[in-house]
Amino acid sequence: MKRLLPLLTGLVLLLSACGREDLSTLNPQGPVAEKQLDLMKLSIGIMALVVVVVFAICIYVLIRFRRRSGDKSIPKQVEGNHTLEIIWTVIPLVLLLILGVPTIKDVFGLAKDYSKDKNAVQVRVTAHQYWWEFEYTGYGIKTAQELVVPTDKTISFELVGADVKHSFWIPAIGGKMDTNPGVTNRMYLEFPKEGVFRGKCAELCGPSHALMDFKAKAVSPASFDRWVAAMKAPAVMPADAEIAEKFTSQCLTCHAVGENGGNSAPNLTGVGSRQTIGGILYNDTTSVEKNIHDWVTDPQKYKSGAMMPKAVENDLTQEQVSAIAKYLAEYKLDY
Amino acid sequence: MSAHDHLDGQLPHEPEKATLEARNKILGFWIFLGAETVLFGTLFSAFLALRHNIGDGPTANELFQLPMVFAATMLLLTSSLTSVFAVQSLHHHKKNAMVGWLVVTIVLGLCFLGLEIYEFWHYVHEGHGFTTSAFSSSFYTLVGFHGAHVAFGVLWISLIIGQIFKKGLTVVTAPKVYISAIYWHFIDVVWVFIFTVVYLMGKVGG
Amino acid sequence: MAAHGHTVKRYTGLMDWLTTVDHKKIGILYMIAGLFFFLIGGLEAVVIRVQLMKPMNDVVSSDTFNELITMHGTTMIFLAAMPLLFALMNAVIPLQIGARDVAFPFLNSLGFWTFFFGGVLLNLSWFAGTVPDAGWTSYVPLAGPTYNSGHGVDYYVIGLQIAGIGTLLGGINFMATIINMRAPGLSFMRLPMFTWTIFITSALIVFAFPALTVGLVALMFDRLFHANFFEVANGGNEVLWEHIFWVFGHPEVYILIVPAFGVISEVVSTFSRKRLFGYSSMVFATVLIAFLGFMVWAHHMFTTGLGPVANGLFSIATMLIAVPTGVKIFNWLFTLWGGSIRFTTASLFAIGFIPTFVMGGVTGVMLASAPADYQYHDTYFVVAHFHYVIVGGLIFGIFSGLHYWWPKMFGRMLNETLGKITFWTFFIGFHLTFFIQHFLGLLGMPRRVYTYLDGQGFNNMNFISTIGAFLMGIGTIAFLLNIFITWSKPRNAAADAWEDGRSLEWSIPSPPPEYNFKQTPLVRGYDAWWKEKMEGKTAMTPAEPVGSIHMPSPSILPLIMSLGLFIAGFGFMYDRLIVGGLGLLITFACMILRSLYDDHGFHIEPEDQDEGVHA
Repeated sequence: MKRLLPLLTGLVLLLSACGREDLSTLNPQGPVAEKQLDLMKLSIGIMALVVVVVFAICIYVLIRFRRRSGDKSIPKQVEGNHTLEIIWTVIPLVLLLILGVPTIKDVFGLAKDYSKDKNAVQVRVTAHQYWWEFEYTGYGIKTAQELVVPTDKTISFELVGADVKHSFWIPAIGGKMDTNPGVTNRMYLEFPKEGVFRGKCAELCGPSHALMDFKAKAVSPASFDRWVAAMKAPAVMPADAEIAEKFTSQCLTCHAVGENGGNSAPNLTGVGSRQTIGGILYNDTTSVEKNIHDWVTDPQKYKSGAMMPKAVENDLTQEQVSAIAKYLAEYKLDY
Repeated sequence: MSAHDHLDGQLPHEPEKATLEARNKILGFWIFLGAETVLFGTLFSAFLALRHNIGDGPTANELFQLPMVFAATMLLLTSSLTSVFAVQSLHHHKKNAMVGWLVVTIVLGLCFLGLEIYEFWHYVHEGHGFTTSAFSSSFYTLVGFHGAHVAFGVLWISLIIGQIFKKGLTVVTAPKVYISAIYWHFIDVVWVFIFTVVYLMGKVGG
Repeated sequence: MAAHGHTVKRYTGLMDWLTTVDHKKIGILYMIAGLFFFLIGGLEAVVIRVQLMKPMNDVVSSDTFNELITMHGTTMIFLAAMPLLFALMNAVIPLQIGARDVAFPFLNSLGFWTFFFGGVLLNLSWFAGTVPDAGWTSYVPLAGPTYNSGHGVDYYVIGLQIAGIGTLLGGINFMATIINMRAPGLSFMRLPMFTWTIFITSALIVFAFPALTVGLVALMFDRLFHANFFEVANGGNEVLWEHIFWVFGHPEVYILIVPAFGVISEVVSTFSRKRLFGYSSMVFATVLIAFLGFMVWAHHMFTTGLGPVANGLFSIATMLIAVPTGVKIFNWLFTLWGGSIRFTTASLFAIGFIPTFVMGGVTGVMLASAPADYQYHDTYFVVAHFHYVIVGGLIFGIFSGLHYWWPKMFGRMLNETLGKITFWTFFIGFHLTFFIQHFLGLLGMPRRVYTYLDGQGFNNMNFISTIGAFLMGIGTIAFLLNIFITWSKPRNAAADAWEDGRSLEWSIPSPPPEYNFKQTPLVRGYDAWWKEKMEGKTAMTPAEPVGSIHMPSPSILPLIMSLGLFIAGFGFMYDRLIVGGLGLLITFACMILRSLYDDHGFHIEPEDQDEGVHA
C-alpha cells in the first residue's frame, strides 16, 4: 500500500489533467507529437504489464513465504529451472520486438528531410544565450522569440547554436533537437491547428536556461502570407525625431526593425503584437508597454546573464525608455 | 606464499614469476595495460575526429617528413628487440648481459625522444603550435602522451638498473625488469599505430 | 621464516588510520568519506528541492542553482556512490574469497587517498567561490574557457582527474585480487554473486575510466593551455566531448548498479535461507549487461543529431539490456519463492529494491525508444528515471549492504527499529520525490531549470516532490543516529551474525582478525560456508596448517603521494607552475622511494594469532 500511494497520487493527478494544451507532450497538437505519444503509450502499456507482473509476484511471495517466528526449517535449495529461465528470456524479447519495430519506423520517419521540399517552409533556428532567432530563408525575413508558421505546410528546421549548446523543443508539437554550435541539425514539424504553443530550451545553457522560452504561433495560410508581407514592409521608425535618433544609436546597433539595424540581438519588427517580451513577460496579464518598459530598464532582473545593458548603462533616460516602450508597444503587425 | 622463499636458494628459471606478489604484479600490470589501451584508443579517436580541422596552420602533408619519423620508428622497434634480449638474459640469470641490454634499450629510447623533441621544435617553427588548431592540439596531445610514456619508461628502467646493481638479481628485482619490458613493448605497439594513423595517413590522406 | 622477521613500526591511533594498508580499515575509511560526501550531496539536493518548491522562487540565485545541481550530481556519483561501493568491496571481497588481503594493499591505500584528496579539491571550490556550474556532464562549450571563464570547471576537471586515478587503481586491484587470490577450491563458478559483480564492475572501471581521463585532459588543456579540442571557432568539436563523456558515462552507471545487483543477490539469498536461484544465468546476465553497457552510450545523445541509423542502432542495443536485467529480477523473485523470508532492515532494502528498480528499468526501456526520447530527453522524466535506478537501485543496495555487513565490519549489530524507520521514511520519501517527476517531464518541464513560471501546471507536483525529499532526509538522519547509537554498544556480534550466512565471510569472527583467516579455508562448493554448516561442521576445513602469517607493512607514502597530486592540481589551476611541478615532484619522489625500498612486511606468529590484532 505504501508503495502504491505515490502511484495513486500520480494517477489521480494524471487523470485530472494531461497538462496544458499548448505545452504538454501528453496533449499533442501536431502529427509529430502524436506519433511520439503513440510510441510512448505503446511503451507505457508494455512496461505497465511488466511492472504489474513483477509487483504481483513480489507481493505474493512476501506474504506467502514470510518467516513465521521460531521457524527453523531449511527451505528446499533450488538451483534453478531452465524452463522458467527460458520463458523470462523469451517473453521480454518478444515484448521488445513489439516496441522495436515501430521505434525503427519512427526513427526513420521523423528523420525525413524536407530541406529541399519546395512546399515546405524553411526556417533556420539560431539559439543564443537566452533567445531564439528564426530566419525564414525562403522569404528573406528574420524574427525572434515568436515563430510564426502556416497551418498548411510542413516546416523544415535547420538548427544551430550561436554560442553554447541549446535544445529546441515545442512539447505539444514534437520532440526536441539540439542546436549545436558549429554543426547544423535538421528536423521537421507540422502545426495543423491554429494556436500559440510554448517552446523551451532543453539543454543547460547558463544561468537563465530556465527562462529561455519562446512561442510558436500557428496561423492560417492567408494570415501567414499577410504576416510575411508585413514583415517585409519598410520599418516603422519612432515618429519623434529625437527618439528615433536615440533608438537608432542605442538600440539598433544590436537589434533590428525591418531593414534597419544589427543582428546580434532579437529582431524587434512588430514586437508589439507578440505574446511575450523576452519570452517570459506575458503581454496578456501585463500590458506590452509596461513589459517592454520593465525589460529595457533592467533586463538582468528578468534574465540574469542577458547581454542587453540596463537603461542607465545604455545612456537612456526614463523619458526615453518610456517613449521607446510606447513606440515598440504600438509597433504591431496586422496579419 | 612469502616473498622471501627463494631469496637464499637458487633462482628459478623464470625468477619474475616465482612469488605470488610477483604474479600479482604481472597480472595487475596487464590489466593496467588494458586501461592504457583504452586511454590511447580515446586519444586516437579524438585525433581522428579533429585531424582535418587545421585552421590557419599547415596541413599534415606539408608538415610531416617521413624519413625522420621512419628513423624514430626504427629506433623504437630496435629498442623493443633489445628489451627482449634483456628478458632472455634474465631467464638465463646473466645479470651483466641483462643490464647491458637494458642500457642499450634506454639509449635507443633517449635517441627516439631526442628526435621527437627536434621534430616538435621544427613543427612549431613551421607554424604548427599547440594552440594553432584542433588538429595541432590533438596531434601534440596524442604524440606527446606517447612521448611522456617513453620518458617515463626511460626513467623507470634506469631506476631498475640502479636497483639491480645494488640488490642483484633476485625474485624481488626480476619482476620489475620483466614488467618494465612489457611496458616498453606496449609503448612500441602504440607507436606503430601512431606511425600508421598519424603520419602515414597524414601523408596519404593529407 | 622467522629469520626474515623484520621489525616494522606499527602505528596506533590516528597514524594507524593514515598509514593502514589493511583492506578492512580502508573499507571503513571509504565508508566514512563516502557518507560524508553523501551528506554534502544530500544537503545540496534539499536546497535544490526547496528552490523548486514553488514557481519563481528565489531561495538561491540561478548561478548558485547551477552550481548546486552540478556539485550534487558530481558529488553523489563520484564521491558518495563510488566510495560507498568501494567500502563494501574492501570490507567484503577478500573475506568472501578466503584471502588475507587484496593483491596490492599499498595501491589500495593509494586509491583511497587519491579519491579522498580529489573529492576534497572538488569541494574546496565552494570556499574558493568559483564552483563548477556546467552540470555533472560538463558539456562544452558551456564548460569551455570561452563561456566559463572562472575557475569553477577547473575544480571539476582536476578534482575528478585525481579521484579517477584512485578509482582506476581500485579497479585494477580488485580484478587482480579476484583472479589471483581465491582460496583453494574456489573456482570462478563458485564465487559468491557479490564477488562476481565486483569483478565485473572492476573490469568496467578499467575499460571505462581511461576515456574520462582523456576527456578531462582535453578539457583541461582547452581551459588551462588554450588547446582547441572543443573550441568550435578553432576547429574543435563539441560533439566529440559528448561521445567521450558518454563512452565513459554509460559504463559508469553500470559500474554503479552492478555491485548493487551483487548485494541484493547476497541479501535476498541469506534472508530467505535459499540458494540463489539460477546462479549461472545470473553470472551470464551480469556479464552480458556489462558488455552491452559499452555499446549503448549514444542513447544519451539521441537529440544531438547523429542521424536515424545511429539512433536506430543505439535504440535497439539499449532495449536489449532489458533482457538480462529481467532475468536477474525474476531470479531474485524466485530465490524468494519457496524461501523463509526474514524481514530485517537489510532485507527490506533489498526487497524494496526489486520493484523500485523494475520501475527505473522500464522507464529506461521507454527512453531507449529514440523517437519517444525526443520528448523525454533532458526533461524531469529523465531525472525521475535515473534517480529510480541510482537511488532506488544503487543507494537501496548500499543501505542494504551496509546494514547486512555492518556486524562483519564493526562487530556490532545496527539497531533494527531505527533501521526500519530509516527504510520506511527513505522508501516512501523516495517514491514521493521521484515518481511524480515522471509526469512533470511529460507535462513539459525541462531538467536543470532553476525555476519555472507560474501557471504551467508544475506547481503541485513540484511541491509534493519537495516534501518527499525532506522525508528522505529524515531517513538519512535516522541512519546516522543508528550509527552513533550502535557505536556505544558492546562488540558482541556473532561470527555468523544473521545465522543464515552462506559465504566465507560469515565463517570468521566479527570483526575479523587482521589476517582474516588463521588458516586459508578449503572451498568445497558454491555457498561454501552454508555447505559446511549443512554438514554439521562449525568451521571451514583448512587448506593449510597453522603457520606464520606474512603481512604487508603500513605506509604513509600513499597519503603523501596523493597530497602531492592535490598540491599539483592547485598549482596548475592557478597558473603557478612551480607549485604544480613541486606537487608532481612529491608524488614522483614517493614512487621512487616505494620502488627503491622493498616492503618486507612482517609476520604474525602462531602464538600471537589467537590474541588477534583486531581491526
